Amino acid sequence: MIPGPFSYHRPATVADAVKLLSTMGDEARPLAGGHSLVPMMKLRLATPEHLVDLHGIDGLKGIRRDGNTVVIGAMITLHQLLASDEIAKSLPILHETALLIADPQVRYRGTIGGNVANGDPGNDMPALMMTLGASYRLEGKSGARDVAASEFYQGAYFTALEPGELLTAISIPVPAAGHGYAYEKLKRKVGDYATAAAAVVLTMAGGKVATCKIGLTNLSETPLLAEDAAKAVIGTSLDAATLKKAAAAAVAIMAPAADARGPVEYRKHVGGIMVTRALQRAAGRVG
Amino acid sequence: MNDMTPTREQREAKLEGMGCKRKRVEDIRFTQGKGNYVDDLKLPGMLHGDFVRSPHAHARVKSINGDEALKVPGVLAVITAETLKTVNLAWMPTLAGDVQMVLADGKVLFQNQEVAFVVATDRYAADDGINKVVVEYEPLPPLIDPFKAMDKDAPVLREDLAGKTTGAHGPRKHHNHIFEWTVGDKDLTDAAFRKADVTIKEMISYHRTHPSPLETCQCVCSFDKIKGELSIWGTFQAPHVIRTVVALIAKIPEHKIHVISPDIGGGFGNKVGAYPGYICAAVASIVTGKPVKWVEDRIENLTATSFARDYHMTTEIASTREGKVTGLRVHVLADHGAFDACADPSKWPAGFFNIVTGSYDFPTAHLSVDGIYTNKAPGGVAYRCSFRVTEAAYCIERGMDILAQKLGMDPAELRLKNFIKPEQFPYHSALGWEYDSGDYATAMRKMMESVDYAGLRKEQAEKRAAFKRGETREIMGLGVSFFTEIVGAGPSKNCDILGIAMFDSCEIRLHPTGAGIARVGTKSQGQGHETTWAQIIATEIGIPADDIMVEEGNTDTAPYGLGTYGSRSTPVAGAAIAMAARKIKAKAQMIAAYKLEVHEDDLEWDIDGFRVKGLPEKTMSMKDICWAAYNSVPPGMEPGLEAVSYYDPPNMTYPFGAYICVMNIDVDTGVYKIRRFYALDDCGTRINPMIIEGQVHGGLTEAFAIAMGQEIRYDDDGNVVTGSFMDFFMPTAVETPHWETDFTVTPSPHHPIGAKGVGESPNVGGVPAFSNAVNDAFSFLGSTHIQMPHDFWRNWKAAKNLGVFA
Amino acid sequence: MAKTHVTMKVNGAEVEGLVEPRTLLVHFIRENLGLTGTHIGCETTHCGACTVDIDGMSVKSCTMFAVQAQGSDITTIEGMANADGSLHALQEGFRMMHGLQCGFCTPGMIVRAQRLLKENPSPTEEEIRMGISGNICRCTGYQNIVRAIQYAAARINGVEFKEAAE
Repeated sequence: MIPGPFSYHRPATVADAVKLLSTMGDEARPLAGGHSLVPMMKLRLATPEHLVDLHGIDGLKGIRRDGNTVVIGAMITLHQLLASDEIAKSLPILHETALLIADPQVRYRGTIGGNVANGDPGNDMPALMMTLGASYRLEGKSGARDVAASEFYQGAYFTALEPGELLTAISIPVPAAGHGYAYEKLKRKVGDYATAAAAVVLTMAGGKVATCKIGLTNLSETPLLAEDAAKAVIGTSLDAATLKKAAAAAVAIMAPAADARGPVEYRKHVGGIMVTRALQRAAGRVG
Repeated sequence: MNDMTPTREQREAKLEGMGCKRKRVEDIRFTQGKGNYVDDLKLPGMLHGDFVRSPHAHARVKSINGDEALKVPGVLAVITAETLKTVNLAWMPTLAGDVQMVLADGKVLFQNQEVAFVVATDRYAADDGINKVVVEYEPLPPLIDPFKAMDKDAPVLREDLAGKTTGAHGPRKHHNHIFEWTVGDKDLTDAAFRKADVTIKEMISYHRTHPSPLETCQCVCSFDKIKGELSIWGTFQAPHVIRTVVALIAKIPEHKIHVISPDIGGGFGNKVGAYPGYICAAVASIVTGKPVKWVEDRIENLTATSFARDYHMTTEIASTREGKVTGLRVHVLADHGAFDACADPSKWPAGFFNIVTGSYDFPTAHLSVDGIYTNKAPGGVAYRCSFRVTEAAYCIERGMDILAQKLGMDPAELRLKNFIKPEQFPYHSALGWEYDSGDYATAMRKMMESVDYAGLRKEQAEKRAAFKRGETREIMGLGVSFFTEIVGAGPSKNCDILGIAMFDSCEIRLHPTGAGIARVGTKSQGQGHETTWAQIIATEIGIPADDIMVEEGNTDTAPYGLGTYGSRSTPVAGAAIAMAARKIKAKAQMIAAYKLEVHEDDLEWDIDGFRVKGLPEKTMSMKDICWAAYNSVPPGMEPGLEAVSYYDPPNMTYPFGAYICVMNIDVDTGVYKIRRFYALDDCGTRINPMIIEGQVHGGLTEAFAIAMGQEIRYDDDGNVVTGSFMDFFMPTAVETPHWETDFTVTPSPHHPIGAKGVGESPNVGGVPAFSNAVNDAFSFLGSTHIQMPHDFWRNWKAAKNLGVFA
Repeated sequence: MAKTHVTMKVNGAEVEGLVEPRTLLVHFIRENLGLTGTHIGCETTHCGACTVDIDGMSVKSCTMFAVQAQGSDITTIEGMANADGSLHALQEGFRMMHGLQCGFCTPGMIVRAQRLLKENPSPTEEEIRMGISGNICRCTGYQNIVRAIQYAAARINGVEFKEAAE
């Protein structure tokens, strides 16, 4: 298991990185934490001729609050997310989710940008970003553009990224103070992708759900927003019948693959349970 | 006697002999990164070899073209079966009496089978090379389901066996049949079933899994053309056997082969057999005249070099209404994959599976095993197991639970009712073994008291009622397992490998200053032999363990031994060590008698030397005797103080244990929680309790993994779907339960120090405990048997099949 | 393939070498530097046998290229002993508590555990288990590794290690 040969580039600015990626086209791949790409290269399932290492670009690092938005640089690692007071305060669901990704060593190297950008349906952050209404800053040779997370994912490993474009930052609107949140992930062991996972962010007023977003991980070729399920709980106090209805609405849009985690039927079934449990836990956290 | 004279306790303590929780000698280097594993070895001019492997489970190989690979910078050779044929090594014998392709000869029979071997200046170039070898395949229909192997129209896998109606173990019934092995009295057993009040019958599968030590299989081969000598450093659990195998198949004189097993990063049975990598590296070294290293990667390890289990056991028990068992009948369908590459003693095609009567007094039993070929990796090895004992223990322990359920009896009570009683030992089992010693009921009752078995059953009854009332979605299971193992292969009367009796050996040499070296025919892979072997010697001859260096693994210096697997090291080599030590002690006694000017019979042993009976002041320490051995031995005696023992054990040893697992399962997700796991082991005399506890922890962890999800699974096309640590369940510290350990001590009557083996017990006893817990949890919903592995989705499926979601 | 010159600090010493861009850091450490205490177990970032400490982070060196470590400060198992040559509390703890058997996972475990204890000097058992969940051990069942880390934490904190009752 040895990667094929490649040329190594370590640009210092986003502009240089974008220039390298656009010039070399399909033969080049950006290298962030490398925990998806390097194993693929070792299996020679990926054989890029050029690797553009993003670690030298200071502009991709940092977490900042910009009014009602938190902006996270693409090269922020999961470990840094976990260490951030801003994240703990404004986006606690990000903290909860990051802890459920991979293992300590991988979290030191794995980046949020890599997690959201590579289009692996097993990654946890994409569904969460859709749930939070995040948008991605994409920079290419023709300039920068912002794409909503909910518009970004097109298929397994297919995203809105154009050739030569780089995802540089993630902007997340800060949920209302006192919001409820939960990320429920069923996995076989530490380091595994989700058998099924659900993200919930909601607010309540007068004991009833006022707003709600539900995201689903690894239950389709792309992360999903369970919009009908979310609608079903608005205005309710999350009684048993509503939870059942919401879970059913979520299950209806799931299309997971059968794999070693279980057959399709099981993954959909536990997908519904993750939704139910995330809703209940989120509601319990409303403060 | 002055104040400085050490007390008896101090003298005992200084020895760090048997029973002492001696800290390990090995750890000093391992904790500093100074272990010496195969891949750490770097020889001048060393080359690297890597395999081109088959993507197909079954295909004809139309052509292999290495031209493009040879153009890759650094690539020196592409070896194929055609190359190997020139040295008559395209096929190799397996330890089970079959033959196996070293490199694909005409066809491939399992996914990732070795097709060509690329030799290059470094591992990067070798990897580049394998990606440039072009192989043309013609896919053939794969045979994956073992139950279809002997269908009339099943594909023919082994064309090399065409027309051979007899194999290494007798007649073959079908082109995909390897052997049939039967033991026991069929007529008597059939009669017992006809007369039985109650019978049960269940097909109990033990799925395919893999030992997967953290270090994969690897070797460095170096052929010296001038001397005609071949040196092999490798991850070998049995280095002497490997040397003999190489001598036999490569036709190099055995004294010109040097096999060295350095530190080994875990074995668990994976490193007993001979693999194509070893042969190819040796041939490559002969061809190139340079040392060649072969290191398999994890995917290769999981998919090609050996697997374990894959036994499908139709189990029947006959019983009286009161729960006294009267007969056992088992048929096994044994899936060996493409080649029968079991590493069992030669005469035992299904290992010691006939221990399947377990801890129970079955008046009669009958066993038949059919071995068959499929398009899967060849094997199967004994994964932390003494040759199919894990399968046997699982079979009978599930069977007893199923019988208990049918009788409406508590499974622990049923076991107590049927145990072989202490006064029945030595006990002759219906399938031919002579159990050496045991006190089963005492162990069982100690377990039941320790965990408050009655209280747990009461809690379970309450939980079941609450579940039926709809108040909880959690069910609770108690998994009882009482196993008897058979370890210490073995007596020459019935155990050999390639005709070599399965003795083991020790050579002890004491130096003038009272320190010494012990060389042993076994090979530690983590068991801590450097520590424990010295403890046996310390107790036997009174030299502190710290003053004994233990050496294993070099065939030039160690006496011939059969290696370490099947928990045989302590039963066999441990005995050889004690016997060698006793030879030294006997000579030491003569020297002491001479020096003390008394008759030998007037001396008695006292901790670390001899003293004159009735004159406790008149002593000679072993340290002083060592000096005298090189200085002033009695007239006519040879100087020096050394001894060799080759120990042929009179019998196997039969460790046993009582385990219980307490588990909750969430029926909605199938997620389980191990609430408690208690393991009581009786391995006879305990040499180092710290190491025994460590062995039990490790074996239980492997049992947990296997029972709860660790599986080598193939899809219908023969692709391995669990071929990396992502999908092959390898629990981390988070999933792994907390272990409680306990013990009783029933020494082996025939072993010089009364010790039995222990390394494999926790795996043998652990798997049924976990599986019985799952099955017990579901039993009140009407389930009889749920197949392993019990991973989350299968638990959910079981709940669903039982109507929980109706 | 053209080779690149890299320099870094390993176990306190400045080192350099010529590597291909694709040379994995673990191979550079083991083969170029001859520090063979760092092992390779799975090659897919699951087992942690290749764990080294890089600039204050525990990293699986089989999933990083040597060129990426340019200018880094790396500690491997060979650099774990104290400055006076005595064993690190973790090295002692693993031996005292029988936290290893075959020794293959041990270097990665110890290197990982020292970073864990630097970040969390008094971890609970659960935190230890989570903290070493990127490292697989096939032999010990982890229980004695947890005790070894507890032992080391107590030693480093200067308090008495209390063994759980047997």
